[in-house]
Amino acid sequence: MLLTDSSESSIKSFLRNLSPVDQVGADSRAAMLATRSIKTSSKLWAIDTAISMIDLTTLEGADTPGKVAALCTKAVRPDPSDSSVPHVGAVCVYNDMVKIARDHLDKNGGNEIPVAAVSTAFPSGRASLDVKKRDTEDAIASGATEIDMVIDRGAFLSGNLEKVFTEIVCIKEICGERAHLKVILETGELVTYDNVRKASFLAMAAGADFIKTSTGKVSPAATAPVVLVMLEAVRDYFVMTGKRIGVKPAGGIRTTKDAIKQLVLVNETAGPDWLDPKLFRIGASALLNDLLMQRMKMKSGQYSGRNYVTLD
Amino acid sequence: MRVDVKKTYKLFIGGQFPRSESGRSYELLDAKGNFLANPALASRKDLRDAVVAARAASEKWASASAFNRSQILYRVAEVMEGRREQFVSEVMAQEGVTKAQAIKQVDAAIDLWVWYAGWCDKIPTIFGSTNPVSGSFYNFTTPEPVGVVAAFIDGSSSLIDIVHGIAPILSGGNVVIAIANEEYPLCAITLSEVIATSDISGGVVNVLTGRTEELTPWVASHMDIDGVDGSGLEMAAYETLKRDGADNLKRIYRFKAEGSPQRIISFMENKTVWHPIGI
Amino acid sequence: MKFEYAPAPESTAIVDIQSEYNLFIDDKFVPSKGGKRFETINPSNEKVLSRVTQATAADVDKAVKAASEAYRKTWSKLSGAQRGKYLFRIARILQERAREFAVLESMDNGKPIRETRDTDIPLAAAHFFYHAGWADKLDYAGLGKNPKPHGVVGQIIPWNFPMLMLAWKVAPALATGNTVVLKPAETTPLTALLFAEVCQQADLPKGVVNILTGDGSTGAAIVNHPGINKIAFTGSTEVGKIIAKSVASSKKALTLELGGKGANIIFEDAPIDETVEGVINGIFFNQGHVCCAGSRLLVQENIKDELLEKLKRRMSLIRVGDPLDKNTDLGAINSQAQLMKIRELAESGDAEGAQRWSPQCQLPEKGFWFPPTFFTGVSQAHRIAREEIFGPVLSVITFRTPSEAIEKANNTPFGLSAGIWTDKGSRILWSAQQLKAGVIWANTFNKFDPASPFGGYKESGWGREGGRHGLSAYLKGDFS
Repeated sequence: MLLTDSSESSIKSFLRNLSPVDQVGADSRAAMLATRSIKTSSKLWAIDTAISMIDLTTLEGADTPGKVAALCTKAVRPDPSDSSVPHVGAVCVYNDMVKIARDHLDKNGGNEIPVAAVSTAFPSGRASLDVKKRDTEDAIASGATEIDMVIDRGAFLSGNLEKVFTEIVCIKEICGERAHLKVILETGELVTYDNVRKASFLAMAAGADFIKTSTGKVSPAATAPVVLVMLEAVRDYFVMTGKRIGVKPAGGIRTTKDAIKQLVLVNETAGPDWLDPKLFRIGASALLNDLLMQRMKMKSGQYSGRNYVTLD
Repeated sequence: MRVDVKKTYKLFIGGQFPRSESGRSYELLDAKGNFLANPALASRKDLRDAVVAARAASEKWASASAFNRSQILYRVAEVMEGRREQFVSEVMAQEGVTKAQAIKQVDAAIDLWVWYAGWCDKIPTIFGSTNPVSGSFYNFTTPEPVGVVAAFIDGSSSLIDIVHGIAPILSGGNVVIAIANEEYPLCAITLSEVIATSDISGGVVNVLTGRTEELTPWVASHMDIDGVDGSGLEMAAYETLKRDGADNLKRIYRFKAEGSPQRIISFMENKTVWHPIGI
Repeated sequence: MKFEYAPAPESTAIVDIQSEYNLFIDDKFVPSKGGKRFETINPSNEKVLSRVTQATAADVDKAVKAASEAYRKTWSKLSGAQRGKYLFRIARILQERAREFAVLESMDNGKPIRETRDTDIPLAAAHFFYHAGWADKLDYAGLGKNPKPHGVVGQIIPWNFPMLMLAWKVAPALATGNTVVLKPAETTPLTALLFAEVCQQADLPKGVVNILTGDGSTGAAIVNHPGINKIAFTGSTEVGKIIAKSVASSKKALTLELGGKGANIIFEDAPIDETVEGVINGIFFNQGHVCCAGSRLLVQENIKDELLEKLKRRMSLIRVGDPLDKNTDLGAINSQAQLMKIRELAESGDAEGAQRWSPQCQLPEKGFWFPPTFFTGVSQAHRIAREEIFGPVLSVITFRTPSEAIEKANNTPFGLSAGIWTDKGSRILWSAQQLKAGVIWANTFNKFDPASPFGGYKESGWGREGGRHGLSAYLKGDFS
């Protein structure tokens, strides 16, 4: 057991005992891993693996049933001309689109693909716990089996760690066996890697199944060093508890090169066990098409063009 | 008629004034050939003792603040001033110069000591640096004392060369074993009496009198001496010193006659420290 | 799932290695006077790359004469501003031909292309840039107005960073107005010979840089040549002492960059993951062929187990193999002789009762290889705690208090480098002050920069290279 209880002092002393993170050192390790040269067969493997890890996402005020339906079609069959392309890891939408997404996936052969809902007053998290709970309950009732909640960054930064912790515990209780809980740290607002490491452990100790970098609404989002720090955290947490927690970078990962760098980070930080959609997801939308274009290039030897992949 | 009370010129080791452990002394004549004194003839064992004393005193002297060292050295000049008459008579006796010439030398020597005293807290500013390295790192270089330095005192003068031989080594935070010039040992011993009554702790300055030729090979081969000022050696002896001193890669130099911060920084090592700049 | 990285070899098509090389004297490649040729091989596969010339005493004499004449007739007549422009030219050409140098260096030395591409060659070019700008500002170098160069400088460089060490030596020498006779190491002559071409492309006046290949006897001929005014040597402490003795009865100035046994000190509050990276970088960078390597790991006893677990895990990820593969982390040992030395010292560690650990790794059959290794149960008295191994072998020693760490760190005749890892600022500065070493890396390790002086205390050498302090090695001070 990591915490004696969930009191403020217990949480604080637990987090204080974590090793600090040196920013320059973490940056330089991430930069070194970015020089890995992934070619030929390993690149093809990485592209398919990355596709299978995508949480294909639309989180816009302008989202419509039509837009979500198109996204779901793409999720099931990313490349209509090539059935060897795997389906994505999940579809990620706002609460009110969960049912539409679930129905569309089920009707189009995507019943294995989970629907993830962003929850708890996403993206700011500025609502009462009661609203956050109902938000979550509603999403699960609509068919979401993955909940992407946000932490209360204001509470974290003001030192009210118990509040952050308790909220996660409450949402986890609601999820129970019905849904996987991804906890969004919004690392761009936490700013320091020390905070990223602390928030990661806080979320894991409170019951997160996944820790996720960002909402996608704040920049910077899933930078390589931030993902590195979170991967180190899940690795260390596994050593402490024997429990594997997943990691989900989201935001800013748009190209095949970016995605492969993420896989290298996973491979050489948390280790190969995490190279699995159960333990690593990439929150993205535009990324999928770039992966598909690269995949076509690998297969045909020609560079592809944007009109040879479907828009959505 | 009153009979003079004559002074016994002894060694200065670890703040004490022992005779040579060998029991030896040598006859020193004045410029006219008359008997002047029987200074101690230091042996290799006296040198060994001096190195032990110097090493023991090294850390405290090196870690004193530069400002503090500067004040302590200035205090030496104050006490020298009080012994002015004695230095003048020793310079006259040893060099055979007029009183006026001797006074000029003693005054210049005291002023030179003051000059070196003032260097203590300027050296890191002028000879250190911050270095604009690439990447997110703060990087600075600062000179630090090497440790224990032996100095063979030159004989172009009977007092000024002693100041050149001792003061700059102390300014840099090193401790010193001065090997007095064979012909001009008296001011060196008098200076050690000055030092003993100033604020410099025992072992920081050690003065040996005797035969340079006898002591040189032992200085050269001693593995706990870090640097040597060979200004007072004949060229052949200096070359031998350099060759034998290479066994522990001693820092060995000879300096031009005038005062220069080169005499200070030659016995300092530049230490460069890197640290990341991050949040 | 397993993520295998497919081979990603850098192409060798960019380099054009001649089957034989002459000596570079007075701007021309000339045959030796009586010198034989010897092979230089690729240590990763033992294939012969080329045959280079063993320069004789007569060749040294010829090169010194050329350098001396160049000094008198052209180089000392040029203003600093004009000298500087030649250095800028050289820097630019090195950047233009960077990949070629990187590949050639990797082939001749055995070090990974990632390092030659990202470290050795960019830093070599940076050294020329940095010193180019000094050439017309020497009045501000801290040695008084119009400081004077020595004249002809003999430079002997090691095999661990062939091109970088060339830059460290040649750039400041030229910037300060000296001319050069340089001998690259016996096992790594090729990038120096390619540098001769760069000098030609830069139109450097003839005789300003002369490059003589050969073994220790060529080096000795340079050291003992009466026409040389200054020697700059990087290599072992043993040879450094011999050189110091050789020039003792001459007027030659001498600077030495010698061995080390750097302590990398890990306090309990260190940022642990970055510390592990720093330990890895400290001892496995360049196969541990680094004079300032952090070859002694001094770890606070209460975090030893955690640190070693993390270190083991990280060492298992080190990719050992083809130096030209862009994903290789640890390349080949530079020579058979060096491999033997590393093995012998590692075996002494076994014999003296220390415990050896290496990750599972497949070493290539051909070539010279040694796996990343650490020893635990090492005491200060063990040979592996005192002698420079110059290979990928780390000795782990524990301490209980900061004072004990410093005492152990300083308990060596060497004094080149040290590392400090702690989150506490005041402890960093205290430790840095206490350590008797010329370069202290706090919360980082093995960083180099042309603006940063590098060099050792005690038996690690005389003088500094780089920064303003490095210039004084090539200018006369107030010495008699």
